[in-house]
Amino acid sequence: MTDTLSKLGKVALFLGQVLRASAPALLRPRLIAQQVYNCGARSLVIIMLCGLFVGMVLGLQGYDLLARFGSESALGVAATLGLLKELGPVVTALLFAGRAGTSLTSEIGLMRATDQLTAMQMMAVDPLRRVIAPRFIGGIIAMPLLAAVFNVIGIFGAQLVGVTLMGVDQGTFWSQMQGAVGLRDVSEGIVKSIAFGVICSLLAVYEGYHTEPTAAGVGLATTRTVVASSVMTLIVDYMLTAAFLKG
Amino acid sequence: MPSTRGLEIGTGLFVMLGFAALAFLTTQLPGGKLSVASASSSYRVTARFENVGDLKAGAPVTMAGVKVGRVAGVRFDSQDYKAVVDLTIDRQYNRIPDDSWANIETSGLLGARYVGLDAGGSETFLVDTGQIENTQSAMVLEKLVNKLFAAFASRPATGSGAKE
Repeated sequence: MTDTLSKLGKVALFLGQVLRASAPALLRPRLIAQQVYNCGARSLVIIMLCGLFVGMVLGLQGYDLLARFGSESALGVAATLGLLKELGPVVTALLFAGRAGTSLTSEIGLMRATDQLTAMQMMAVDPLRRVIAPRFIGGIIAMPLLAAVFNVIGIFGAQLVGVTLMGVDQGTFWSQMQGAVGLRDVSEGIVKSIAFGVICSLLAVYEGYHTEPTAAGVGLATTRTVVASSVMTLIVDYMLTAAFLKG
Repeated sequence: MPSTRGLEIGTGLFVMLGFAALAFLTTQLPGGKLSVASASSSYRVTARFENVGDLKAGAPVTMAGVKVGRVAGVRFDSQDYKAVVDLTIDRQYNRIPDDSWANIETSGLLGARYVGLDAGGSETFLVDTGQIENTQSAMVLEKLVNKLFAAFASRPATGSGAKE
């Protein structure tokens, strides 16, 4: 119990340190752009592939469920709302933790294990500012963009199955969706994906920065990143959903 | 790690793609105008309804249950307080009698609205920019229920068990 509490406290304090280092890091956009490329552009293919299949499954399952009530025409609405509000942000965050979070942690962990971070401090270069903050910011920028791509591909995947395979009318699919989906539904998903971006990036850089400087330590830290990011994403997802429904 | 130039291009492409996706989500989904393109070889007719329910642009137009076209748009005519529905019908279905009935129908009990055409008996057929005169409005469930209740209420309550 005290372990959990102290870990939580450490992460919170680390967040404060990273935020303080983030302001000066913003002055070096090239470093951040490099991390946006690392976290975002290189995760793009897997995000698009998964988005396509999640959307297609939604089309299949949604059709099966809705057809029982004779309301297949609502397939577009069901699939789009499911993607925008839940599946898009959450699945993207889980993939992000697995694809980008692990590479962040192991990269920083290896820097720690090979004393590169210490060497930077010796040269009066703040590793928080030079290494950690750009990765943190890059992750936060990449995450909502990835989620948006995931959603768009997913919607077209649902359309592919629903319209082409199952025979829902295409005009009905889109017009029903456009009538029922509000800007609020879209913005809820964006807020969620930004929140998950903060969680996943923070945990990844935290675990990397506090790696035990051994080969086994780097491996353990990478595992902890995936587990902690996934669990925290799902917990925060419930909280945000409850808050949005109330508000 | 790619060269600096490649990295810049990659990042730029990714960010642009991301923002394009965001723009699509925010502008096209909520009440967007994006619709399926109607077949180029089609003709356009209009029909005026008292009430179209929640008929939307893009809904199918069917005849005997087979899709023959699409609803291109729904407007309100403030002159005679009617809804004007533009229908695009595939060119291959060019033998629809001009006294056909256009009905607003519902797929399933709670499904989406669509326009169903019932063939009339006329010898002349609908042409481009033509108008369907015979229309039947959407069946609004609440109104039907209200009518039902009204019918019950208006019955004289002089049952055999009346006391006074």
